[in-house]
Amino acid sequence: MKCVVTGSNVKVLGKAVHSLSRIGDELYLEPLDDGLSLRTVNSSRSAYACFLFAPLFFQQYQPSTPGQDLLRCKILMKSFLSIFRSLAMLEKTVEKCCISLNDRSSCLVVQLHCKYGVRKTHNLSFQDCESLQAVFNLASCPHVLRAPARILGEAVLPFPPALAEVTLGIGRGRRVILRSYQEEEAESTSKAMVTEMSIGEEDFQQLQAPEGMGITFCLKEFRGLLSFAESANLPVSIHFDAPGRPAIFSIEDSLLDGHFVLATLLELDPPTQDLSSSKHHQPMPQLQSHSTPYQDNFANDDIDSYMIAMETTVGSEGSRALPSVSLMPGPHSEEEDNEAEPSPVPGTPPPKKFRSLFFGSILAPTHSPQGPSPVLAEDSDGEG
Amino acid sequence: MKFRAKIVDAACLNHFTRVSNMIAKLARTCTLRISPEKLNFILWDRQPSGGASTWCELEQENFFSEFQMEGVSAENNVIYLELTSENLSRALKTAQNARTLKIKLTNKHFPCLTVSIELLSVSNSSRIVTHDIPIKVIPRKLWKDLQEPSVPDADVSIYLPVLKTMKSVLEKMKNISNHLVIEANLNGELNLKVETELVCVTTHFRDLGNPPLASDDASLDRDPAEMVAVLVDIRKLLPFLAGQQVNPTKALCNVVAGRMVHLDVLHEDVSLQCFIPALALA
Repeated sequence: MKCVVTGSNVKVLGKAVHSLSRIGDELYLEPLDDGLSLRTVNSSRSAYACFLFAPLFFQQYQPSTPGQDLLRCKILMKSFLSIFRSLAMLEKTVEKCCISLNDRSSCLVVQLHCKYGVRKTHNLSFQDCESLQAVFNLASCPHVLRAPARILGEAVLPFPPALAEVTLGIGRGRRVILRSYQEEEAESTSKAMVTEMSIGEEDFQQLQAPEGMGITFCLKEFRGLLSFAESANLPVSIHFDAPGRPAIFSIEDSLLDGHFVLATLLELDPPTQDLSSSKHHQPMPQLQSHSTPYQDNFANDDIDSYMIAMETTVGSEGSRALPSVSLMPGPHSEEEDNEAEPSPVPGTPPPKKFRSLFFGSILAPTHSPQGPSPVLAEDSDGEG
Repeated sequence: MKFRAKIVDAACLNHFTRVSNMIAKLARTCTLRISPEKLNFILWDRQPSGGASTWCELEQENFFSEFQMEGVSAENNVIYLELTSENLSRALKTAQNARTLKIKLTNKHFPCLTVSIELLSVSNSSRIVTHDIPIKVIPRKLWKDLQEPSVPDADVSIYLPVLKTMKSVLEKMKNISNHLVIEANLNGELNLKVETELVCVTTHFRDLGNPPLASDDASLDRDPAEMVAVLVDIRKLLPFLAGQQVNPTKALCNVVAGRMVHLDVLHEDVSLQCFIPALALA
């Protein structure tokens, strides 16, 4: 694989890396026929992000050397980010950026051609990996919100940087409401300030959701996408479904597209801070097909359930073709994961705060059907 | 208990934001006292060693275009609230291009001071930010601790030098010792002194001027050049100076020998008084 980025696109690429770095620690770089894809997933598998840069984005784009398979690799986000750390520097001095990956060298080579003939070469060691692909389908999300990034950027501005989650919903009079989400445990003693932003419908290019609908998701990742979208001056589309199902934040133009899939919170208790009384409550539909012990764990715990179905594909088939698996795996046949432990593992911590994506692998035909349900969630109460 | 107020003027809003920023710099939590004419921010450092206390006062009519309040009872027409000062300053920070700002006492899921801001936007659409700041209503039996401290009779009263200068001097001195000796006399001289076993650093200010003393008898039989000294904790004084973003219209320092320093600062229509107890002179 070899690609060359020139001019202001270097900064665009840098910006994308910055926003990916808010999510995961590893960057999956995958040259495809329809462009270079950069993907990441966070450690608790509750957020997935991918950018696809079309071949036209590059001055030169060659996904594979003739007669060779497409290579893909996984690198440390930190080391890739450090190349693009200073956006001002990229803008001022870098004229061209070449990224190359081949079989013979054991490194991903990133070369920055700067002014005055200075050339910076970064050799990043990488790992072979499977293709990372979240299972999501825009068409299956009944609700859509679309607004210029600037509007959304201004809307999240009043929220404190330390705030973990926000609730986005449609309030009375079809106003779009963003509100800081407070965990129920924080009762009496240390109440945090609750901030609410209410924006009129007229600021949105598309608003297709019923009043009272609302989802809660992590603000940090959303801010990451917004900062990219604001710099590229693109509108952001938010596709979402009932609470607990993933929300897809996407941006698109002719040269690139980006999708951030964020888990949303599934609240068990009737929400006290709902946006209106008609809040539609989803009784965890995805759990029905699971094995009993697993379900028990779920049912008895305070589930913040954040779930996104994920899968990894192996093999050289064009992995961008999204399999038509529903967001929440129904019959649990294909989602078997060879990495995940079988369900009733002794000593597995109960999925107390479940904020995980489904990870599965479609080793399609060679796969054993309907094994024991895998542990799909790892405990991840990062926020403590 | 009821309270609602509204600010429409941008200058008033800015001024109010500045006050709240200053309060947030001084203490984590503050007490807000609301009475029909005045708003007070009261900072009370409850350290056993004797903390500094600050009393900030603003006339409501200089800030608010509407102001309604109803206290605990007709005789006690006042409200005392405790809140996290950073919350208020953060809430007001979002009001930078606000059309109107409303503050009211609400009880949504918990008692709060709700700051509701109508923002101006380019597209002429209405955007409203609401911040619910959790508060604690202070019961009447604790009010007595929150009365305006009485200003003691000062031995020397002197105008302070430019606060920024004083702040940078003290910041350097803090690296040497936390104990600061403030010396002042009636000749307009002020010394700031830190001392260790190895070094003694004194900064002298001259010609600062003294306001006329209230009690003339005391000063009559005293040599105007005689220094009155007080030892204070530099860490109590510095935040107060650091909180002053603009140089005030008036800054006065009253020294009560061996007992306390009283700083009296006036910014346009906001008065700020800080009481710093003395440490025992070594």
